[in-house]
Amino acid sequence: MDLAYTAAEEEFRARLRDWLAGTLPTLPPPPPAGDWPARRAHDSAWQRRLYDAGYGNVHLDASPTLRLIFLEETEKAGAPYVGANFVGLLHAGPTIAAEGTPEQRERWLGPILRGEEIWCQGFSEPDAGSDLASLRTKAVRDGDAYVVTGQKIWTSHAEVADWCELLVRTDPGAPRHRGITWLAMRMDAPGVTVRPLRTLAGSTEFAEVFLDEVRVPAADRVGEENDGWRVTMVTLSFERGTAFAGEVVACRRTLTEVATRARANGCWDDPVLRRRLGRLHAEFTALWRLVQWNVSEAAATGGVPGTGGSVFKLRYSQARQELYDATAEVLGPGALDLSLPWTRERLSSLSYTIAAGTSQIQRNILAERVLGLPKGR
Amino acid sequence: MDFRLSDDQRALRRGVRELLAGRFGREALRAAVDREGGLDRKLWRELGDAGFFALRLPEDEGGAGLGLPEAVLVFEEVGRVLLPGPLVATHLAAGSVPGAADGTAVVTAASELPSLVQHFEDADTVVVFASDGVPHRVDVPEAEAVPSLDPLTPLHRLPRPPLTPGPPPGAAVLLTAAEQLGSAARSTEEAVRHAKSRVQFGRPVGGFQAVGHLCAEMLVRTETARAAVYAAAVGGDLTEIAGAKLLADEAAVRGARDCLQVFGGMGFTWESDVHLHLKRALLRARRWLTTARAEEIQAQALASAF
Repeated sequence: MDLAYTAAEEEFRARLRDWLAGTLPTLPPPPPAGDWPARRAHDSAWQRRLYDAGYGNVHLDASPTLRLIFLEETEKAGAPYVGANFVGLLHAGPTIAAEGTPEQRERWLGPILRGEEIWCQGFSEPDAGSDLASLRTKAVRDGDAYVVTGQKIWTSHAEVADWCELLVRTDPGAPRHRGITWLAMRMDAPGVTVRPLRTLAGSTEFAEVFLDEVRVPAADRVGEENDGWRVTMVTLSFERGTAFAGEVVACRRTLTEVATRARANGCWDDPVLRRRLGRLHAEFTALWRLVQWNVSEAAATGGVPGTGGSVFKLRYSQARQELYDATAEVLGPGALDLSLPWTRERLSSLSYTIAAGTSQIQRNILAERVLGLPKGR
Repeated sequence: MDFRLSDDQRALRRGVRELLAGRFGREALRAAVDREGGLDRKLWRELGDAGFFALRLPEDEGGAGLGLPEAVLVFEEVGRVLLPGPLVATHLAAGSVPGAADGTAVVTAASELPSLVQHFEDADTVVVFASDGVPHRVDVPEAEAVPSLDPLTPLHRLPRPPLTPGPPPGAAVLLTAAEQLGSAARSTEEAVRHAKSRVQFGRPVGGFQAVGHLCAEMLVRTETARAAVYAAAVGGDLTEIAGAKLLADEAAVRGARDCLQVFGGMGFTWESDVHLHLKRALLRARRWLTTARAEEIQAQALASAF
C-alpha cells in the first residue's frame, strides 16, 4: 500500500503545473455551450497546445499513474475539458493503438493527438442499448469496401466529427458476439445523415446517425472481420476505468463551493444538510482512493483496467447525482433557475447511471464476472 | 504509487487468516456465543505470542515494528471471523499497560462506548483515552450488567464517567473500521455462497437479478470502504480515518442486513451466523465515532477548506 508518487512522477506533476499556470491565462474564453463548430475549434486548439507542449499523447502512451496525475492537475487548474476530442483520445485512439495495423496507427493517431480530427462513437442503436451485441447495422462486403446500412444513436459530437468508430454486423448467421466488425467511417461519406438529438438537459451533444449504403473501405477495418466485439471490449473497459478521474477532482471542488455557499446563506446551520454534505465529502474522498486503487491495478496488469471500473462507475454515478441533488437544497429557489450551472449539471447528472453501461448492467457484470453468480434473468 | 498490497502484506494477511482459521473456526465461534462472549484467555495469550497486540511497537520494545496498514490488515481478519474481546483497546494499550502487549492482560476502554464498557468482567484493566491520547488506568469497582444486543460482547453500564474522555484516538477508529471492513467482506462472501447453492424455482437464487444485484451492491460498498480504510491507514489523516469509519460502518451494517435478506428465513435464526455479523456491526458502528459524529467531522473538514 504505497500512495507516494516517485520522484519522476512528481517532476512530471511540477512541470505540468508550471506549464498550466503559464498557459491557461492565455486561452480564449470557452464558446457558448450550443455552438458546436466553435466548441470544436476551441477543443481542438487546446489539444494542439497540449500536443506542442509534449502532453498530447498522455492518454495513449503514458503510464496509468502519469495519466492520473495529468487528469488531476489539469482539472485542478481549471483547464478545458477534453471535450470534442473525448472519443478520439479515450476510445478510438486507444483501440487503434492496441488493435490497428502500423499504417492505421500512422494514419489516425497523429491527427487525433494534434486535435486535427474529431471522432464520434457509433455503437448504440435504437434496439441495441444495454444489449449492445444485438446491434443490426449491417455491412456487406463489395470488392474493397463494406456497404453499411442502419442507424446509430447517442452519438456524441457527431455534428462536428470527421470519423466514426462504427460497430457493424458482418455475419448475420454467426452467434451474436461473433458477427460484429469494427470500422472507421468518414462522417462526410455519401449516405451519412446526422440528426441532432436534444437531451432532457436541453443540450445537443448527442445525435442520431442514419447510414444509407455508406461505402467504407475495407482498409479502414480495425481488427479482423467478425472480431469487432473483442476489439470493442478493450475500449469499454478503458471507459469504465480511469476516464472519470478528472471528474472526481471536479466534484470535490464543487462540493467545497457548495459548502461555501451554504455557510454564506445560512443553510450550513441545518444539521441534516450539513451532515449530508459531510457524507459526500467522505464519499468523494473514497472515490478518489478507488481511482488510485484502479490505476495501481491497471499499471500492474499492463494498462487495461479490470472490473474495478464497474465498482467505481456504480458508486461514482450515484454520488454525482447525490451531489447535485444537494446543490439544489443549498440553492433553494435557484434550483429552478436554468441559468445556474449547478441546476444544469443536476439535470445532466441524470445520464450518469445510464451512459457507458447502465447501473443495472454494471451490477450484472459484478454479479456474474466478479462474484461468479449464475447469469441473471 | 502502488496502492496494492505488498508481498509482505499479503503474507501477513494469509498468516493471520490461517492462524484464526485454526484457532477460531466456526465451532469456537459458537462456543463463544454459548459463553455469552466470555473470553478464551488461552487464545488471548496465543494472540499476544503471535504479535497481535505488539504489532506496532518498535522491535526493541518487543514489537514487530509494523505500521497502521499492517494493523488494518490484521483487524480486517479479526472482523471476518468475529473474534470477540476488547482487541482494539488492548492493542492500543500495548506498550503502556503492563501485560497488554504479550496478551497476558485484557484491557478494555471505558471511552469506547459512551457510559458502557465491554467485556468488563474479563478485563484486568479499564482505561480511558483522555485528551492527551494516552490510555489512563481508571478504577472501576463495580458496574451494572446490561443485556447486550451483541451476544459476543457483554456490556456493563458505568455508574459515572470515570474520567472525561478525549477525542477518540485515530488508530482506534481506524482499526474498528478495519473490523467492519472484514465483516462486510465476509457477509458478501456468505451471501454469494448461499445464492449459488440455494435453489428455488428450479435455479440457484443468485441467478435472479433481484438477488444478484443485492450482492453486487454489497461488493461495491465493501470495495469502496476498502479503498477508504487502506488509504486512511497509509496517510493516518484523522479526517480521512473518520470518513473511512463512516463508509465501513455502512458497508458492514448494510452488508449484514442484505446478507440476512439473501439467506431469507434461515438468516433470521439464532443458529445462522448472519445475525452475529449484524449485531457486532451495529455495536461497532457506535464505537468511538458514531455516524453523526463522523459526518460532522467531514463537514468541519469541508468548512475548513475555505
